[in-house]
Amino acid sequence: MTRRSPESLLWLLFSAGGTAAALLVPVLLFLFGVAFPLGWIPDPGYTHLLSVLRHPVAKVILFGLCVLCLFHWAHRFRYTLYDGLQLKPLSKTINLFCYGGAAAGSVAAGYVLFSV
Amino acid sequence: MSRTALYRKPVPTFWWLGRRSYAVFVLRELSSVFIAWFVVFLLLMAGAIAEGSGEYRRFQDWSANWWVVLLNVIALLFVLLHTVTWFGLAPRAMVVRLRGRRVRPRSIVALHYLLWALLTAAVAWLILDG
Amino acid sequence: MTDTDKDRITLQVARYRPEQETEPTWQSYEVPLRKEWTVLDGLNHIKDHLDGTLSYRWSCRMGICGSCGMTVDGEPQLSCAAFLTDSAPGPVRVEPLGNFPVIRDLVVEIGDFMNKLTEVKPWIIRPEDKPPDEGEYLQTPDEMDEFKQYSMCINCMLCYAACPVYALDPEFLGPAAIALAQRYNLDSRDAGAADRRNVLDSAKGVWACTLVGECSTACPKDVDPAGAIQRYKLTAATRSLRELLWPWGAR
Repeated sequence: MTRRSPESLLWLLFSAGGTAAALLVPVLLFLFGVAFPLGWIPDPGYTHLLSVLRHPVAKVILFGLCVLCLFHWAHRFRYTLYDGLQLKPLSKTINLFCYGGAAAGSVAAGYVLFSV
Repeated sequence: MSRTALYRKPVPTFWWLGRRSYAVFVLRELSSVFIAWFVVFLLLMAGAIAEGSGEYRRFQDWSANWWVVLLNVIALLFVLLHTVTWFGLAPRAMVVRLRGRRVRPRSIVALHYLLWALLTAAVAWLILDG
Repeated sequence: MTDTDKDRITLQVARYRPEQETEPTWQSYEVPLRKEWTVLDGLNHIKDHLDGTLSYRWSCRMGICGSCGMTVDGEPQLSCAAFLTDSAPGPVRVEPLGNFPVIRDLVVEIGDFMNKLTEVKPWIIRPEDKPPDEGEYLQTPDEMDEFKQYSMCINCMLCYAACPVYALDPEFLGPAAIALAQRYNLDSRDAGAADRRNVLDSAKGVWACTLVGECSTACPKDVDPAGAIQRYKLTAATRSLRELLWPWGAR
């Protein structure tokens, strides 16, 4: 069997991340990034947020969301640099920066979320 | 007779500025940067909550800075662009069959929006029902 | 304004004559503006009455041979389907098809596309051919609907001219070649999907595509190459995942 390019699996991560981000990021970003800071909606309070974050299901979902979003970014940003700025000759550096960044970010996400 | 020279038109560096559809494409691709920013923001918040209520209060003050709110508003617009374009393109990749019949692309898009609405409501309920 | 002025339109045509210039220059011609005339009719008028040295390709002048693709007013179009009245009052800018090397005037070098086309083996592949006396390979209308859209491709290469990925990386297999590969992959009589996989499922194949979607906008036959590529991405990715999780399973 010939060796397959890893592109297909990276694309699956990209797609899963794109779907997860499309479904979940708007509401989270709207609430925590805009509505609460501007006081449009009252903040639910520290204890409630802590209890939500401590729930194992929430941890797993948030961790999955973070990992998928990061790999979604890595894949898309890599091609944006390749095509948008014509940096394909630097592909090794770009790949290391994008996928390496996503992997490091995933580790950080796991550390933060599972130590709550 | 030797072959005459071919002319190759050079591609300008910012080729995507010359055409609306190309510019929208680049904006759509740049939405990924704001999705990555969202992860950073979420982890900063989760980290602050883990540290205790004092640290969380400091995070709240920081996130109410005008420039943080502005950044998040811009990020939200990009994420919405991502959502709309992503759902719009979904039926191009997916061919779903039900009882031997191909589901119409418009129905697939509608299902995506329905799922989005349900999940948004569920997440909002979970967070706000404090 | 006289009547003759009103009924004429200027064509600004890109000329490239390698023996006398290193890059294209513009040349203007005034042609009659008639309701039923296309850009190709205007070019034919130039060739017949004004300047016999102008070079361009054309054949059927009815949108089926795919040889008269040009850049008209900045858009990749079949010049036999672009009406002069749509560009009135003009001038109409006519350039060679984008993203291809120019040989002369409006004639481009298409060898790259022709090679790519054969790479994806766009013909029906069978494990073994049935003897002719056993009859035809039958197919239901539903089975035909699976690939019919992709079989409408006329190899006009407008999709390549519209594709920025192909502009930046000429090694990209490109929209039409992938759509034609899918035309055979999705054909119930074909068994060549595995043969085509090495070419399609590679960095130069579907994975180079970033779904700008302009190929489908440019396509004069509604083939939707961007959709074909997306579909193949999902097929290839699920197959790779299955092989990764279940390597000992049957392919």
